[in-house]
Amino acid sequence: MLPTPDTSHVEFERIYEPAEDSFLLLDTLSSAAEAAFLRDRFGSRSDAAGPAPVPPPFVVEIGPGSGVVIGFINAHASVIFGSRDVLTAAVDVNSHACRATRETARKAAADNAASHGMYLDALQGDLVAPLRPGSVDVLVFNPPYVPTEELPRQPAADHEGGGDKQPTFDHDSYLLSLSYAGGRDGMETTDRLIDALPETLSPRGCAYVLLCAQNRPEEVKERIRGFGRQWRAETVGSSGKKAGWEKLQIIRIWRE
Amino acid sequence: MKVLSLNFLSCAVKGCKSSSDSYPLHPKDAELVQDDIEVNAQLLINLLPRIDWTALTTTATELGFPALPPQAPTPEELEADEAKLKDLHHLLMETQIMEGKLVCASCGHEYAVREGIANFLLPSHLV
Repeated sequence: MLPTPDTSHVEFERIYEPAEDSFLLLDTLSSAAEAAFLRDRFGSRSDAAGPAPVPPPFVVEIGPGSGVVIGFINAHASVIFGSRDVLTAAVDVNSHACRATRETARKAAADNAASHGMYLDALQGDLVAPLRPGSVDVLVFNPPYVPTEELPRQPAADHEGGGDKQPTFDHDSYLLSLSYAGGRDGMETTDRLIDALPETLSPRGCAYVLLCAQNRPEEVKERIRGFGRQWRAETVGSSGKKAGWEKLQIIRIWRE
Repeated sequence: MKVLSLNFLSCAVKGCKSSSDSYPLHPKDAELVQDDIEVNAQLLINLLPRIDWTALTTTATELGFPALPPQAPTPEELEADEAKLKDLHHLLMETQIMEGKLVCASCGHEYAVREGIANFLLPSHLV
């Protein structure tokens, strides 16, 4: 078991607290099977002329919240990828989450001085909107997956363009609800992310997306396979069966 | 935010993504700070082929750094030239934009950078 990043500095009134879903992502990404997949895809290769350099993968988490997942990936880069030559970054709609992620990543890297990668930045933004098309090698997304009547609406007191607002209970509740409320089937936000994958991922890129049973994971995987003949989507981690059905699972999406 | 990050970012406006003017974003009124980060020579050398050198050249000039050569150094050149390696490390990894704006040359939208975090959320009329 690799140590989990310290998130004691995070304000959980407005940022999602690491929970079962976060830990399933940590377990899956550090499993022997995924480490083997990632090393095969992004590790250095040797040919007759000796080791051939492979450009370091650019790993981006969408919606990092506390930063526990991207902080973990960055801190344990050499264990997961077989090399410390890994670039990590994150995009979150919540500016508090961006600050929390920066601090989580900094602490976790300091605690794992011999194994961490190169953490770059947390950016405030909507899903992959700030990213240059075709740039992401590994995308990780723990979405707002809980089915809800509708997506959260911004409180009327908020103004456009962001900025540092005085924290209010309404605003904090809104930020927190963005981290779990998924609208219809819990898929409204995840569907937008999946639609953006072909444009966002690099040719060698892959994505890890968490789904719950109500998201209809089999349909989601079929839809991704429908992108084209090279597209693959498989379940690579699961929280185990509860009352006969799998509660949470991680799907890996990639092109062959 | 690190200078290296700018190499991976473009304008968040959907209509701009296909425009070559939306990349790289142009820093404006940037306040820079320098971090002290240990040099990882292998990372820099392996990173070379995936850096958009033309974009980096633009960014470096706009931030007031000495002009970069028009062509990226080869891995062998970088490996053999410690000063060059350190300069590149300093620019990409240690230089942070703390305050300022990032401007899209296609639509003119300005993204604010505050306390080192760039805000790419768009007002509703641009979404």
